[in-house]
Amino acid sequence: MTTPLLSPAPPSPAERAAAVTARAVIATRASGGHTRLETLRSEPPLTVRQTGPGLVHLVSTGAGPLGGDRLTLVIDVAPGTALEVRSVASTLVLPGPSPADSLMMIDAHVGAGASLRFTPEPTVLAAGCSHRMAVRLSLAEDATVFWREEIVFGRHGERPGRCRARFDATVAGRPLLRQELVVGHPEVEGSPAVYGDARCVGSTLVAGPAWDAAHDSKRERRATIGAGWAALPLAGPGVLASALAQDTVELRARLGRAEQAAAVPPER
Amino acid sequence: MQNDRRKGGMRGSPDAALLLLADSRLPAGGHAHSGGAEEAVRLGTITGPEDLARFLRGRLATAGLVSAALAAAACELASAGHDEQAAAHDEQTGGRDGQSDDPAGRWRQLDAEADARTASPAQREASRVQGRLLIRSARRIWPSPVLDLLAKAVPNGVHHPIALGAAAASAGCDPYQSALAAAYNAVTGPATAAVRLLGLDPVTVHRLLADLAPALNDAAHAACASLIDDVVMEPGAADPFGPYGTANGDAKGSTRGPGWPALPGHAAPALDLLAEGHHSNTMKLFVS
Amino acid sequence: MGANHDDHHDAADPHGRALRLGIGGPVGSGKTALVAALCRSLGPSMRLGVVTNDIYTTEDAEFLRRAGVLDPERILAVQTGCCPHTAIRDDIAANIDAVETLEERFGPLDLVIVESGGDNLTATFSRGLADRQIFVLDVSGGDKVPRKGGPGVTTADLLVINKTDLAPLVGADLTVMSRDAAAVREGRPVLFTSIREDRSAHSVAEWVTSLVGSWHHQNDHTHDHSAPTNA
Repeated sequence: MTTPLLSPAPPSPAERAAAVTARAVIATRASGGHTRLETLRSEPPLTVRQTGPGLVHLVSTGAGPLGGDRLTLVIDVAPGTALEVRSVASTLVLPGPSPADSLMMIDAHVGAGASLRFTPEPTVLAAGCSHRMAVRLSLAEDATVFWREEIVFGRHGERPGRCRARFDATVAGRPLLRQELVVGHPEVEGSPAVYGDARCVGSTLVAGPAWDAAHDSKRERRATIGAGWAALPLAGPGVLASALAQDTVELRARLGRAEQAAAVPPER
Repeated sequence: MQNDRRKGGMRGSPDAALLLLADSRLPAGGHAHSGGAEEAVRLGTITGPEDLARFLRGRLATAGLVSAALAAAACELASAGHDEQAAAHDEQTGGRDGQSDDPAGRWRQLDAEADARTASPAQREASRVQGRLLIRSARRIWPSPVLDLLAKAVPNGVHHPIALGAAAASAGCDPYQSALAAAYNAVTGPATAAVRLLGLDPVTVHRLLADLAPALNDAAHAACASLIDDVVMEPGAADPFGPYGTANGDAKGSTRGPGWPALPGHAAPALDLLAEGHHSNTMKLFVS
Repeated sequence: MGANHDDHHDAADPHGRALRLGIGGPVGSGKTALVAALCRSLGPSMRLGVVTNDIYTTEDAEFLRRAGVLDPERILAVQTGCCPHTAIRDDIAANIDAVETLEERFGPLDLVIVESGGDNLTATFSRGLADRQIFVLDVSGGDKVPRKGGPGVTTADLLVINKTDLAPLVGADLTVMSRDAAAVREGRPVLFTSIREDRSAHSVAEWVTSLVGSWHHQNDHTHDHSAPTNA
């Protein structure tokens, strides 16, 4: 059964007196060949709701994150289970009463033979924000993941705030992908080397044993490219879908094409 | 005496060694790489000095910083392990892969960190080719057991910044100088390519490079700072970037291993697209 | 143990490896045609490899592969970043890498030909890359070219003057060219060819054959591989 989504009106930044620290947890457990949600713990403004079998939605029950907030999401996908995480709406990062950075940390572990699909709505960097994201994704040797991250450089017609988004994925402790997207800093703004004239960036990591290139490690697999997107086979068992676009609609279309190309495992 | 040869003529003159190492005339194949500039010129995103300046600044802040950090880490590893590796070189066979504590294994570990920071296969290939060429030349210019070991540890070519850091160590440079050379390389190659491809005034372009001098220093400094940045931010219970290899119980093995995961990983999605576009273009002048 | 102990391919050490023959010359003089002709005439009796240096990517390599004169795998292309002379003279790293790749994959080889990208009269091969070099001119540039000299014309081990069939059409006097070349080349050989008419470039092939023979005679019997090189 699917629980209907309740999305209470978030309080305005002014109503939020001080920075918050919140930690939410999603953990699965295998039960008779099925995935059960073992833990589903919310802490405002981070709220997690089960919306289907093996499906969880993130529901923001507060504005932000705002400057000074420290939000942590822990995802633990137990061996042999499958989890999908989405969000109800995009995340709007705003400046807050505190001059400190807002922090969003996601610590995800995907166990042996388990799979995780993480496809939240985009993160929008409102003018003046100063945000840091860190995703640590640790995969067991034969875990499968589809992890999407979209960042929008400011609301419509607005200059973006600042953001550093770090992403670290490891497979059995070996590094698969480490990247950090820096937005709104003068050295990267408008650089044809970094985002060009794009207003949003998306990247999706598709990884798992099916993409293991070890059998042919002497030669790099070739990328698939299109206008504003690429599916980039990594040195390890995965492909990074990457896209740049002017707006979220174009971004989703381009990233979607890249994801499709990325989803095709290499020929054996 | 072989030991005298190993210690090399340049060992006592790191500044002079740095000049040789960073010089575009170093015969190590760098002249044929544009670092994405050729494709950017073809697509019209670099048309003149203004957008070239933005290209270079952004490249330095992303790929340049990552290269600088990897070069610094490689220089540190090479310098720390000189004697140990010299001894190991004579006996070890270098066949094992992965998380081992043997010197060759540690080089492969650092190389894997470079792989993880280079999503584009075309860029990995260009980096490995340049690394291989640099190691080959450096082994003759600044012979050292570390370079021999590295050539064996990653026979198809180690990533270029790692080769650069190891070559720098062999020439007597320190991690900061290695990082500076890597940062400098990250912008001079594309700048020269743009001069050739667009017929820009070379003096104007050198002025752009001169303007980047403080940013080059900053990048080298940040690269060295990242070597001691085990914990990038305080996450409460767990370090967000984790110690290296916790999953298979290899956390506290080597002296410097645990710091590498936290090295900068600044990505440049446009450079990735440019590199792949360049690779599939059949009418090109530069390798990358 | 010296640092270069394992480098049999160190350019400074010619022992036990193929002769590396550079072929240079201006654009359109017939370098690629000469390489194809040499592959045709030498292929049956020698183990060959070819490295091309194109201005635009792999055009020459593709031409050679299509010509079917040599196993396509034995032809590698090197990109030179707008500077063909740099790749054969000042920074030979990529070319050395290509030559060694061929030797690793298909070795031992008798001869590796490195064809330069079309450049000007000053472009010559570094001795670190080519053991011997041929410079190719053609008559259509006018019969004054040999007199003007330049390092390619004066120092190459062999000067080939190609497209002799065009001489009457462009008003080039071959005797003038021959005399001028001899004057600046201090006795080094000059050969006239028309590869369009002689698709195997017999005279040049003969010169290369004797070169390869004496190269291997010199280098294969003077070196004991089992001995340490610089103990």
